Amino acid sequence: MNRYYWILGGFAALVALLAVGLNLNPRDVPSPLVGKPAPAFTLSQLAEPEKTLSPKDMQGKVWLFNVWASWCVSCRVEHPILVEFSKKVDVPLIGLNYKEVRGDGGFDMSKMPADEEKKLAWQRANQWLSQHGNPYTLTVMDLDGRVGIDYGVYGVPETYVIDKTGLIRMKHTGPITPEILAKKIMPLLAELNK
Amino acid sequence: MKRLFAKLAAILAFGLYLNATPALASSATEAALAADPVAEKRLTKLSEELRCLVCQNQNIADSNAELAQDLRREIRGMIKEGKSDKEIIDFMVARYGDFVLYRPPVQGNTLLLWVGPIALLIFGLSALIAYQRRRAARVAAEDKPLSADEASRADALLKELDNK
Repeated sequence: MNRYYWILGGFAALVALLAVGLNLNPRDVPSPLVGKPAPAFTLSQLAEPEKTLSPKDMQGKVWLFNVWASWCVSCRVEHPILVEFSKKVDVPLIGLNYKEVRGDGGFDMSKMPADEEKKLAWQRANQWLSQHGNPYTLTVMDLDGRVGIDYGVYGVPETYVIDKTGLIRMKHTGPITPEILAKKIMPLLAELNK
Repeated sequence: MKRLFAKLAAILAFGLYLNATPALASSATEAALAADPVAEKRLTKLSEELRCLVCQNQNIADSNAELAQDLRREIRGMIKEGKSDKEIIDFMVARYGDFVLYRPPVQGNTLLLWVGPIALLIFGLSALIAYQRRRAARVAAEDKPLSADEASRADALLKELDNK
């Protein structure tokens, strides 16, 4: 009889292990950037292309850095939440437009001159924001995705919380849900802004 | 029988065809970039060690995801700048974490991964040996000739069967 308890116990342990394992999200890769300084960049702004922005310009502020693109389908799910957030909360929300033209997949980049890509990217990004609302304090344009690589972007949308000293305090991959905003991001922002 | 062989041959040929296509496709896209064969060889070797984060079961040498292409471009750039393999791997780990490495490093949080299977094997073997020993002891203990009482009962039962 004793032996059957052993087998039953082993089986229960296996079920527990699989239950935990199958409920983990394999896309949720812990970012090594959390706790590290936000990688530097200098990129052109969407609203005023002659102006640039660097993370050091945001020093002294707690801010959100949200990676988006007009071709990104899950960004559409997330967008209304960001629009709502920007109306209610006084925290700068900086957008990183990630590979607006190249990421689309519908263009032959080998045949597109750089200035044409630039024009098209600005046009598409502006159009998307005027269509869906603009929650961003400002957006910077990462045409070739190099800044995205420095931030370890691998699935748009992604969101970073950056503190007053310029350290990345949180990274969220995938669309922000109201739950994640309420339970993780808002408490963190409140704590960092204390 | 002949038809069966023909079918098998067709299946085999189709299988070979399936196997051959991806190789053709990837060599076509990479050929244009392979101006420097030594650098390309290093690129291939490095990118076979790195996981593509978009399609997680592929390395960035195999994957045609946008990000994998960008990362190959980055690695190519770093090779041209004369960076060492370690510097390039560190660049990737700094951005995407240990998860990009197809061969996880032996360290505190991966110990279970490395030692677990061996520990499980040792546990299983020792459990098997222990069980076998106990069983052998039990069989030895029980393997006695029948007592006179038992023998007469067995005879009675056998007789009952014969009578049926």
